[in-house]
Amino acid sequence: MRKFEINTVRKDFPLLERTIYGKRLVYFDNGATAQKPQIVIDRIQQYYSSENANIHRGVHHLSQVGTDLYEEARKTIQSFLNAKHEEEIIMTKGTTDSINLVAFGYSKLLKAGDEVLITEMEHHSNIVPWQMACEYSGATCRYIPLNGKGELDLSNIDELINSKTKILAVTHVSNSLGTINPIEMLIEKAHAVGAKVLIDGAQSLQHFKVDVQQLDADFYVFSGHKLFGPTGTGVLYGKKEALEQLPPYQGGGDMIKEVKMSGTTYNELPHKFEAGTPNIAGGIALKTAIDYFTEFDLSELEAHEKELLEYAETKLKALPGVRIIGTSENKVSVLSFVVEGAHHFDVGTLLDKQGVAVRTGHHCTQPVMDYFGINGTVRASFAFYNTKEEVDIFIGALERALNMLG
Amino acid sequence: MRIEEIENEIIDEFAIYDDWMDKYEYIIELGKDLSLIKEENKTDDKLIKGCQSRVWLDSEKDGEILNFYADSDAIITKGIISLLLRVFSGQKPEDIAKSDLRFIKEIGLQEHLSPTRANGLLSMVKQIKLLALQNVAA
Ligand SMILES: Cc1ncc(COP(=O)(O)O)c(C=O)c1O
Repeated sequence: MRKFEINTVRKDFPLLERTIYGKRLVYFDNGATAQKPQIVIDRIQQYYSSENANIHRGVHHLSQVGTDLYEEARKTIQSFLNAKHEEEIIMTKGTTDSINLVAFGYSKLLKAGDEVLITEMEHHSNIVPWQMACEYSGATCRYIPLNGKGELDLSNIDELINSKTKILAVTHVSNSLGTINPIEMLIEKAHAVGAKVLIDGAQSLQHFKVDVQQLDADFYVFSGHKLFGPTGTGVLYGKKEALEQLPPYQGGGDMIKEVKMSGTTYNELPHKFEAGTPNIAGGIALKTAIDYFTEFDLSELEAHEKELLEYAETKLKALPGVRIIGTSENKVSVLSFVVEGAHHFDVGTLLDKQGVAVRTGHHCTQPVMDYFGINGTVRASFAFYNTKEEVDIFIGALERALNMLG
Repeated sequence: MRIEEIENEIIDEFAIYDDWMDKYEYIIELGKDLSLIKEENKTDDKLIKGCQSRVWLDSEKDGEILNFYADSDAIITKGIISLLLRVFSGQKPEDIAKSDLRFIKEIGLQEHLSPTRANGLLSMVKQIKLLALQNVAA
């Protein structure tokens, strides 16, 4: 276990040293993507400079080495999520890809009269694939609504989860509000009516420990790039029986057992869902990112982020006209807000010019914006490498921006 | 004044700013000062939807020249619009169609006209150019 020490930790991330427009960068857009530690960057370089070969298909040395490294990455992900079987880990391009894989399968399994249940706080990538699956299959897409604190309104949950429900797709943590959802209870309720559950973990694993067996989720998905790994990597965890029920998504090399002109038989898990040459370097470097991240005691990182959130929230609330969107007691270090009389685009532009990177807009959650009657927010999202000094810079920059706009 | 002359004038005005925040302070003032389009004219058919900010554009032909009126819900966008309209409004369609908006780059605002910026400004410029071309042809 490595002791969490903020000053040494920051040195692991070369990009944090950057200046933007001559100002020291304050990177508060971790919800969009996280920065990468040097060892992850080095791992990609090492792969291409001394290990590159295609995997799963060659008898030669490098192909074998590459295959072993890639399969080791799968094992690391398995143990990171505490999945029961290695073949329950499907390597994908990211959260969006993982959800589309499952939703495509469901578009073949669902029929008219069936219900898919999502929520009003989902990222578009956990809405649109299900709307498409419903469009193709004739099933109905329903949703769990929000409440004013940006939590799920569960008052009608026993009607929403019913015998027609075939799958519930819900985010573990909201990317635009920060809310942590009570997914244990939702999973239990869904299982009680025989429905499967997909959890979107894009915003959770970088903040707290997840054990898929303990959760009993049928599918759990995430993106490597938000977890300090490379873009174009991601994971679909699925319980073996849930994955076996699902028809294959893309056809191609690797996913087949035997191809004849008269028809094809499909490969076993996990390869059934991994058609074509994968992002080999990415997968291997994702393992490095997870190894790096899990060196720490996660509860230490969590405590640090909680402190940052509370510190920033207190300072933000003291500014006139600021309204925080997403006020659940149970949230990760995401701070979404609007300012009366100041457009989020203007605020974001003026923060950027002072070296502070935040995200503005609807954050791919337009229904959340509609619910709150706004067309966007400014979102600061923290990672464990952020500091209170950076929060001070952010607040100072925000004050200056609001003065200019006021 | 011709388009190029106005562009040079704007480039000169911006030359005194070497700090980004000062530059934006000026853009914001331009945005605040101008009431560019009447509230009742901000109808959906004049709305250009950007992902981040919204822009309304209206135009009118006045003899040989085209006049433009525009607005935005974001003040920085509005400030940049006021620069664009200062250059385009009141000009002949053939001159508008030919303009390459050199000044935007010169004063360092090209990021606002990039296709990924999604603030509605690029679509607005395209719309202005289209209107100009239609009027050249007519
Ligand atoms: C909650 C949530 N779901 C899904 C996604 C989509 O992830 P990706 O773009 O990496 O596929 C994101 C990323 O912004 C997210 O925050």
